[in-house]
Amino acid sequence: MTADFDSVRLIDVSRHFGRRRALARLSLGLSRGDIVGLLGPNGAGKSTLVGILATLVTPTSGDVRFGEAHAGTHGPAIRSRIGLLAHELHLYPELTARQNLAFFAGLYGLDAGAADAALERAGLADRADDDVSGFSRGMRQRLALERALLHEPRLVLLDEPFTGLDDRATGLVSERVRQLAAKGAIVVLATHDLDVADGLVTRVALLREGRLVEDAPAAGGLRARYRTLVGTR
Amino acid sequence: MTFARVALLVLRKDVAIEVKSREILYTTLFFAASCVLVFAFALIREGRPPEEGPSGILWIAIAFSGTLALGRTFERERYGDTLRALLLAPAPRPAIYVGKLLGIVLLLLVAELMLVPAVALLFQAPLFARPLLLAGLLGAGTVGFAAVGTLFAAMLVRSRTRDVMLPILLYPITVPVIIAGARGTSALLLPSPDEATALMWLALLVCFDVVFVTLSLWTFEPVMSE
Repeated sequence: MTADFDSVRLIDVSRHFGRRRALARLSLGLSRGDIVGLLGPNGAGKSTLVGILATLVTPTSGDVRFGEAHAGTHGPAIRSRIGLLAHELHLYPELTARQNLAFFAGLYGLDAGAADAALERAGLADRADDDVSGFSRGMRQRLALERALLHEPRLVLLDEPFTGLDDRATGLVSERVRQLAAKGAIVVLATHDLDVADGLVTRVALLREGRLVEDAPAAGGLRARYRTLVGTR
Repeated sequence: MTFARVALLVLRKDVAIEVKSREILYTTLFFAASCVLVFAFALIREGRPPEEGPSGILWIAIAFSGTLALGRTFERERYGDTLRALLLAPAPRPAIYVGKLLGIVLLLLVAELMLVPAVALLFQAPLFARPLLLAGLLGAGTVGFAAVGTLFAAMLVRSRTRDVMLPILLYPITVPVIIAGARGTSALLLPSPDEATALMWLALLVCFDVVFVTLSLWTFEPVMSE
């Protein structure tokens, strides 16, 4: 069962870890075709927000709506439409690229053909039967991205997707992100790489100390805006 | 996604990793063998093993090596934060628990295939006098121990003190399993095996399994939520 949605709304979402406040009364709306750059310094709450959007972290208060559905009542159906590439790559290094993708394809109820297609897209078809432990960081990152996109998710959450990628690979990932948005995905991109984000994202959500300090269309000059709102960088 | 399909997928993945690395199997077997050998060196005097010892030694070896296997199995899921990817899948989360549980049970049963003959040989214990009853006790005891251990190991996977906390949480709750397993096995080692007593302990183990597997299935999703 799937629960498709065209928008995601966070309403007054807060999250505390013990006495530490990670997010404070954050409200944000995301729509199809958006590429939202989630920016902010370390500890601003970006990863917590990504975790909440992925339904892996429960807000302390507030509400998250996926279309009209709620993660608490439509958990598996909503999760079937979410793809997450986190800082950790969610891959088993002991398994081959094909085994990794086939396993996750199985979890999403897809057949082995989906894994083969993803290997092609990652440009790793010729290394499909090599163990992931032997891959470079860039190869792992590409594989992890395609793992996250295996099931053609509506909501794509990318937490630092450019880590360890060279310029060419960064360009390929950026192009893939644009294609996803063009097909109607909602892309959330948490990154510190302002140069790559500038020109890629269509909206900017700037976080500082768990608060949303700006939510506006991207209009170039990202580094200068970031410096003004967050501080030196 | 059906429950059984997801559980088997997770089990197959764990087996595939273990077949390649053999890391947990070898460390578990080595630890279990070392445990039995230490007891053998300490307790066997002039070739005469203690009469009451073998069943306790067998179950201590199972519990200790099982704890090691539990920790290592979830360490693997922590390495690439793959547990998060499993929880994000649209699969029923209790099925993920069952898949991990089956993998640990399988691993411990393989360890027991080595442990039982080793204890029988070193302690001259007639462990094969009632093989079906012994298999029942070992199977039920292993499921009970692993059911609790899998839940706790999953809960602690993000904790920095997981290596310390796992035995502290696990042993007090699984003491009934160790006692029932050891007493049931002891009953089988008597000169004339006491089947009725062994069956009583086996029934107790099955009850423990039903209660703790049910509780674990019920609590796995809430305890895994951040």
